[in-house]
Amino acid sequence: MIKKTPRIASVDGDAVVKEALRRIDQPSRRLFLQRSLTLGGLSMLTGCAMVDDASVEVALMKVSRFNDKVQGWLFDPNQLAPTYPESMITRPFPFNAYYGEHEIREVDADTYRLEVTGMVADRHAWTLAELRTLPQTDQVTRHICVEGWSAIGKWGGVPFSTFLARVGADVTAKYVGFKCADDYYTSIDMATALHPQTLLTLTYDGQPLPARYGFPMKLRMPTKLGYKNPKHVQAIYVTNNYPGGYWEDQGYNWFGGS
Amino acid sequence: MRGVMIHPAWLRTTHWLNAVAVVILAMSGWRIYNAAPFFDFIIPSEITLGGWLGGAIQWHFAAMWLLAANGLVYLLCNAGTGRLLRKFFPLSPRAVITDLAAALRGRLSHEDLSHYNAVQRMAYLFIIIDAVLLVLSGLVLWKSVQFPVLRELMGGYEAARRVHFFAMAALVAFVIAHLAMVALVPRTLLAMIRGH
Repeated sequence: MIKKTPRIASVDGDAVVKEALRRIDQPSRRLFLQRSLTLGGLSMLTGCAMVDDASVEVALMKVSRFNDKVQGWLFDPNQLAPTYPESMITRPFPFNAYYGEHEIREVDADTYRLEVTGMVADRHAWTLAELRTLPQTDQVTRHICVEGWSAIGKWGGVPFSTFLARVGADVTAKYVGFKCADDYYTSIDMATALHPQTLLTLTYDGQPLPARYGFPMKLRMPTKLGYKNPKHVQAIYVTNNYPGGYWEDQGYNWFGGS
Repeated sequence: MRGVMIHPAWLRTTHWLNAVAVVILAMSGWRIYNAAPFFDFIIPSEITLGGWLGGAIQWHFAAMWLLAANGLVYLLCNAGTGRLLRKFFPLSPRAVITDLAAALRGRLSHEDLSHYNAVQRMAYLFIIIDAVLLVLSGLVLWKSVQFPVLRELMGGYEAARRVHFFAMAALVAFVIAHLAMVALVPRTLLAMIRGH
């Protein structure tokens, strides 16, 4: 369905809450609740056991979806993240993933194909060589982690809006989803996908993207927190169905934007 | 004294809602700090809220609305009713020093709870400004790209983290002193609950 204000993604609140309710039965959700609620501090706040686990969980999830909407509304498509001189690059740039450094995935450059599916005109799979023929740019920007720390790095590649135009993406769609060779997955709003600093990244600091930073391709967005920047991307899809994400499904805020 | 209104209902309501927001924000904020501490210490996890980083952020980003909305109501009512001017001013450094000296000697009168002495005026005004600073530095941490002027005023994203932390520390120090004062003059607690 095409909405009147297609550039600002809005989330179907009820569907998300339903999804949250369904997931409460999963063991990881239980663990989350136990860890949230076995706190002396919380019992002090509530005074007695009047708040049941699921309702707290659902209420916090609802607020998080509300925060997605507020962030979509606050997002200015022309507001650029600050850029820095190369002398300010953090060296070494930290490695970060949901796994340790010894589990970094090695993706074979020759057999690599980038799948593009969903609401796009051209669904052919891209080789790395093809991606490298597209117009390239680079940026020195600050990467901000959800944990609070930040680091400055230099990324190069294809402006994602250029790529989306090239594949004939329906830019009135709400979401762009990503699936990665390290089994990570995430999704972003279309407004951020089209932001001028959103980069289909092929290089780090002038060199082909090393495995630790997501070879052969990562999506780099200085307007979003680190966990929204998928590495080892092997599939991109354009959709109106909320795709969620690895961390987002566990409770990190979906919009996750700076 | 009985029956004479000291704190109007709007003040008591915003005070206690603010207390709830501050406790949630401080405890969840400590858990968020622990994810990437920039000092040599972390906060004991027993006194943090959220269980893990994602849970702490959910609490923090829910309670922030309560703090901001409630704070706005408080400021509007306070300014609109003239209470702000009436209760907090005049305020001079000399009066603060005089009253502080009297307080330390145990000679500061608390007969009339509707009257704020100079130390109270300074402390309450300070905590209002500190809360505003917490909200503004928090906005920079949440949306650093979308609020460039605020970000540069804070000295950039990394500096805003420190501003937010020290403003939190000041707030915690205020709360400790505030609770100690309430313990010394327990009638003030009653007044903040029932209004007189």
